[in-house]
Amino acid sequence: MRIFALVDCNNFYASCERVFDPSLKERAIVILSNNDGCIVARSNEAKSLGIPMGAPIFKQKAVIKKHNVAVFSSNYQLYGDMSKRVMDSLNLFTPDMEVYSIDEAFLRLDYLQPRNLHEYCEIIREKVLQWTGIPVSIGIGPTKVLAKIANHVAKKQTDGVFDIQCLQKQDEILKSLDVDKVWGIARSWSERLNSMSIYKASELRDASPPIIRKHLSVVGERILRELKGQSCIDLEAIQPKKNIMSSKSFGKPLTKKEPIEEALSNYAARACEKLRKQNSRAQAVHVFIQTNGFRETDRQYNNVITHTLTTPTSDTRIIIEAAKFCLSRIYKHGYRYKKTGIMLLDLIPISLEQKQLFVDFDHRPGDHLMKVVDHINKDHGPDTLFFGAQGVTRAWKMRCGSRSPRYTTQWDELLMVC
Amino acid sequence: MIAVTSTALKIAKPCPLPLALCHVEAGFPSPADDYMEGSLDLNEHVIKHPSATYFVRASGDSMIGVGIFNGDLLIVDRSLEASSGKIIIAEVDGQLTVKRLLKLNDRFSLQSENSSYPPIELQEGNEVVVWGVVTHVIHDLL
Repeated sequence: MRIFALVDCNNFYASCERVFDPSLKERAIVILSNNDGCIVARSNEAKSLGIPMGAPIFKQKAVIKKHNVAVFSSNYQLYGDMSKRVMDSLNLFTPDMEVYSIDEAFLRLDYLQPRNLHEYCEIIREKVLQWTGIPVSIGIGPTKVLAKIANHVAKKQTDGVFDIQCLQKQDEILKSLDVDKVWGIARSWSERLNSMSIYKASELRDASPPIIRKHLSVVGERILRELKGQSCIDLEAIQPKKNIMSSKSFGKPLTKKEPIEEALSNYAARACEKLRKQNSRAQAVHVFIQTNGFRETDRQYNNVITHTLTTPTSDTRIIIEAAKFCLSRIYKHGYRYKKTGIMLLDLIPISLEQKQLFVDFDHRPGDHLMKVVDHINKDHGPDTLFFGAQGVTRAWKMRCGSRSPRYTTQWDELLMVC
Repeated sequence: MIAVTSTALKIAKPCPLPLALCHVEAGFPSPADDYMEGSLDLNEHVIKHPSATYFVRASGDSMIGVGIFNGDLLIVDRSLEASSGKIIIAEVDGQLTVKRLLKLNDRFSLQSENSSYPPIELQEGNEVVVWGVVTHVIHDLL
């Protein structure tokens, strides 16, 4: 029988901030989205103040002031590095793991057969806390869906670990859990289930598999079987991404084409870096541009365009050219633009590349140049070397007014102790 | 030094400095070739637990007695157990500080290595909140 553990970092972003600033320990913390617009993460204290997830920060100004809530811009360099540390620490306990998100991982523990599973997970938890400073909760179950549910319960346990394998306890929990809280049940699905008088997780578990399959496809049936304790979804190996997206909102609305082009070139360069990191080339680019839909007084315009490349490439110069060409086709004068972005499509691993019959393209000079660029930027920090199209002043850049220091990735922002 | 300054905390990345190098000229192989041993990596020397190791900057002169000067780089390993005599990063009143942990007659104190700073005595029952154990100091001589 399989045994899964879902390890989930508690209030991950807020916890990362606390590791390097202990004075934040019992203080309410909120973290803002890219561009400092909305609240994307909260500490427990902030949750109990009733500050909602996703709320625009300007609407929460009063609560924040009254309760001295600490407000941070998101510091993805720090969160990314701390996530890697948590995952690396977990990896020491079992090689069978799947990093599911920045703050969650599934582990398989049945191969290890620890004598006392609960105790073993407590040790994992203690070690991760000591090594990284990040508190985690661990849910144990015979399937991934059940492990995920066990994790909800673990969050409320004092020792942060909960094992849902005991059938009696399992039944109690599933009977009180709303079906939309089950992993994989999207809103539209839970509405459909409700219309079939299925409201609780236990009712989905006890429903007829063929009927669920008819309504929610084989994916829905798999969730049902997982609720029954039959493991259908194993750990997934990380696969190279099929598309790469890079896009952000501007710090302020832009009307002229040049700064938008500059921003887009930056996102293109970033996307190409990711593309080369996974040893792939793109066969098409997709560019979009948007005005701010929330500003009802503004005239609205959104457009997208996809452009096929003659030869698959990972050369930033070619992709930037293509992106600029796309933009010139969809940009219209007279609008206040909020956001642009690029998606690289139809990615193929370099190892599977097909030689073309009529186009004889030599990738070597471009590959070599890109390798040098990546190498320099890796050793000396991002953007040490960049392309002219990316611009120098970058006035369109996102706001990140209250970002904490990038303690673990920048030499001049290290933690200071006296 | 190259190993540490080369990249932003990419701890696991080796930065090899070859122990021996042989330029093959005119076809005579170096007699040292058979003795090549690989390379030395400074990270390997100072970092035993990459995911638990943090770089921290020292500020002030409270630890000059043990060779920690203002602006020095401290290598801190959070996976090590703190014990009496070790130099640690500890949490005191919401601040992080570098001090020597000492245990005398069952009571812990945090000692400076500079006579102008009094030790921080911990009240009975109060535990020291240890952030990490300092394993190395890197001091620039230039």
